[in-house]
Amino acid sequence: MQNLQSYSRDAALDSAEAGAPQGEAAPGIARSDAPTVHGGGETPLYAARVKVYPKRARGTFRTVKWIVMAITLSIYYLVPWLRWDRGPYLPDQAVLIDFPSRRFYFFFLEIWPQEFYFITGLLVLAALALFLFTSIAGRVWCGYACPQTVWTDLMIAVERSFQGDRNQRMRLDKTPWAFETLWRKGATHVTWLLIAIATGGAWVFYFADAPTLSRQLVNFEAPMLAYVFIGIFTTTTYLLGGIAREQVCIYMCPWPRIQGGMVDRDSLLISYRGWRGEPRGPHKAGQSWEGRGDCVDCRQCVAVCPTGIDIRHGSQLECIQCALCIDACNEIMDKVGRPTGLIAYDTVRSLESAGKEGLSLNLVRPRVVLYSAAIAVVGAIMLTALILRPELEINVLHDRNPLYVKLSDGGIRNGYTIKLLNKSSAPRDFRVAVKGLPGAEVTVVGQEKEPDPVITVPADDLQSLRAYVTLDKTANAPLPAADAAFFFVVTSADGAAEAEHESTFQGPER
Amino acid sequence: MVRRRDTVGEPETTGHEWDGIQELNKPLPKWWLYVFYATIVWSIGYWLLMPSWPLLSSYTKGWLGYSQRARVADQLEASRAAKAEYRDKIAASDLAAINADPELLRFALAGGEAAFGDNCAPCHGRGAQGAFGYPNLRDDSWLWSGTLDGIQQTIMHGIRADDPKTRTSAMPAFGKTGLLPPAQINDVAEYVLSLSGGAQDQQAAERGAAIFAKNCVVCHGPQAKGDHKLGAPDLADELWLYSGDKATIVATIHGGRSGLMPTWVNRLDPETIKELSIYVHALGGGE
Repeated sequence: MQNLQSYSRDAALDSAEAGAPQGEAAPGIARSDAPTVHGGGETPLYAARVKVYPKRARGTFRTVKWIVMAITLSIYYLVPWLRWDRGPYLPDQAVLIDFPSRRFYFFFLEIWPQEFYFITGLLVLAALALFLFTSIAGRVWCGYACPQTVWTDLMIAVERSFQGDRNQRMRLDKTPWAFETLWRKGATHVTWLLIAIATGGAWVFYFADAPTLSRQLVNFEAPMLAYVFIGIFTTTTYLLGGIAREQVCIYMCPWPRIQGGMVDRDSLLISYRGWRGEPRGPHKAGQSWEGRGDCVDCRQCVAVCPTGIDIRHGSQLECIQCALCIDACNEIMDKVGRPTGLIAYDTVRSLESAGKEGLSLNLVRPRVVLYSAAIAVVGAIMLTALILRPELEINVLHDRNPLYVKLSDGGIRNGYTIKLLNKSSAPRDFRVAVKGLPGAEVTVVGQEKEPDPVITVPADDLQSLRAYVTLDKTANAPLPAADAAFFFVVTSADGAAEAEHESTFQGPER
Repeated sequence: MVRRRDTVGEPETTGHEWDGIQELNKPLPKWWLYVFYATIVWSIGYWLLMPSWPLLSSYTKGWLGYSQRARVADQLEASRAAKAEYRDKIAASDLAAINADPELLRFALAGGEAAFGDNCAPCHGRGAQGAFGYPNLRDDSWLWSGTLDGIQQTIMHGIRADDPKTRTSAMPAFGKTGLLPPAQINDVAEYVLSLSGGAQDQQAAERGAAIFAKNCVVCHGPQAKGDHKLGAPDLADELWLYSGDKATIVATIHGGRSGLMPTWVNRLDPETIKELSIYVHALGGGE
């Protein structure tokens, strides 16, 4: 990266530090006075924020970003309203995190608390996918899909619709108490707050039945916690998306620091092709393009940048790789009649060869292969676990105090707490028996006199029961040591499901 | 003294200098400073609203009148209200009905376990396994009764307790009162041991059988199987309330035994006693 910066650094800093002079960059193209706010070299530890006024960009990538924004926001706001039929006993919300009954519903999937490893697996997959995308195409997550980017983009769009583009916004800030400034800014902030409230509102719908909760929210009958969380998310959305914006990416987020270790010479990064652009400078009417670079130093790439950097300094921490500078530059290149792509997705390898090697996407690289393999392995493990997921589970806890009870006839009794998990969507009947302990008698508390006790477990629920296993004097005599291993076997009354769990039978030391 | 403003690498100073050593100015981050001011404002509000300052004999109560004691009382009340549905059902049902209803049974077992830990565990042990002189409630041997109603009766009125309805009986002190001389006590002890196959001296045991028939069968029965009506233990089984070694048996015959179980009817509400009865019955030995 260092040598990449070297070609542009001097020229860029020169013009930046000269106070960004006015003038024409090319016939009919004004030179922007947008300052390089971040990434312009060493900065002091204590620095007041310099406000960034991103200019509107138009072009392919801007369109892609609008589409991605529409899709991601639609998913976030609308998914809680999707319905999914699960029969009469279970909620019909497609995605629901049900804390009171401790279930996570995701379309066809229902996860119990002890199956949280599925969520862990999903997070591992998400992290690996992030690594993979980063090593292929840099910070595409940051640039297109990160909530901070999406909401900031939305907030800037709102700001622009009330206050106008870059120049108008700067003009308004010069007269902070003018009536026009006040109403335009007031309307902006009110709209931001409404968006923020909607964001917080959508969040709580993931944790309760959305139609019911929305009615309760409107009638002020919802639980206090719902209002508290709407409040928290309203505040964070308003502050992070509306006010703090690029500060979050530059100072708060750890990802910019991590991703530097994930890209390599073959990663596609948004880059200024210095070999084509330099030496830069204003282009006068009729001047030949021979012996000079294509960059007319119009600073449009700086003006549109939402984090206020100059991409011509090369790849840098502050760059979220949103690709808006590509759009801005392509527009200018079209106007001055030079080929587009002076700023483009490019690899360090191709940049260093000054474009001679051409841009070839090399996907067979160790890190790409390793991340892909890891995704495949984790995905396969999760899929297998999901397919083999049982509908019936049994857990057995041997009494610890006392470990065993001696009976009047010299027999020995052990107590157990058995938990039956019925994961099916209908109530089921079960029978409990033991295997591997000759002469054992099982009694279920509450059904001591039943010769064939049947335990009914409600749909999608857990039933805890107490059971005693007794060996009389002749049956416990041949037990080899203080404890013997055996199995509890639970069978559904219809015989369709069976599960077993190992436990021990304890007796006095022999 | 020159105040220097920060340029890159040149830190701001306060202008203080001693022997060439300068005091640097390292201000707190603004957000930190503002949070600090906010906590000061918060604390003033807290002093006014909440109990905060100790006075000589009291403390400032605060405008909100908050008190942790009142809060605990409220929470206990809320917990009672939450359990009211089941408690009412338990109050209205008899023990057999509770035992037969899986839902009520689970509720009673949970409540009984908690009440047992609070009230019964000191003597009977946390696992109800008993101790020397305190019966094991998990086995199938009962002094008085192992039925649901019998257990409830014992919990309510105790054994040899200060209660008109208490269960009462006495194992006489045969040795202390001179009813039996030490040699005969030894013989009876051998006989009692022989009932569960533990006698060491067969002749003494045979002599003891006659003494047992004269003195002990009234309560313990001709087969030494005990009697629930009198709380007389079964001496022929393998379980011992006091230890089953000969010295302890001799001591029991010599000095008598009169274990005490307190009365609970005035200390626990009827629903709790019902839950406890169900719980003890479900420990494994219930009849």
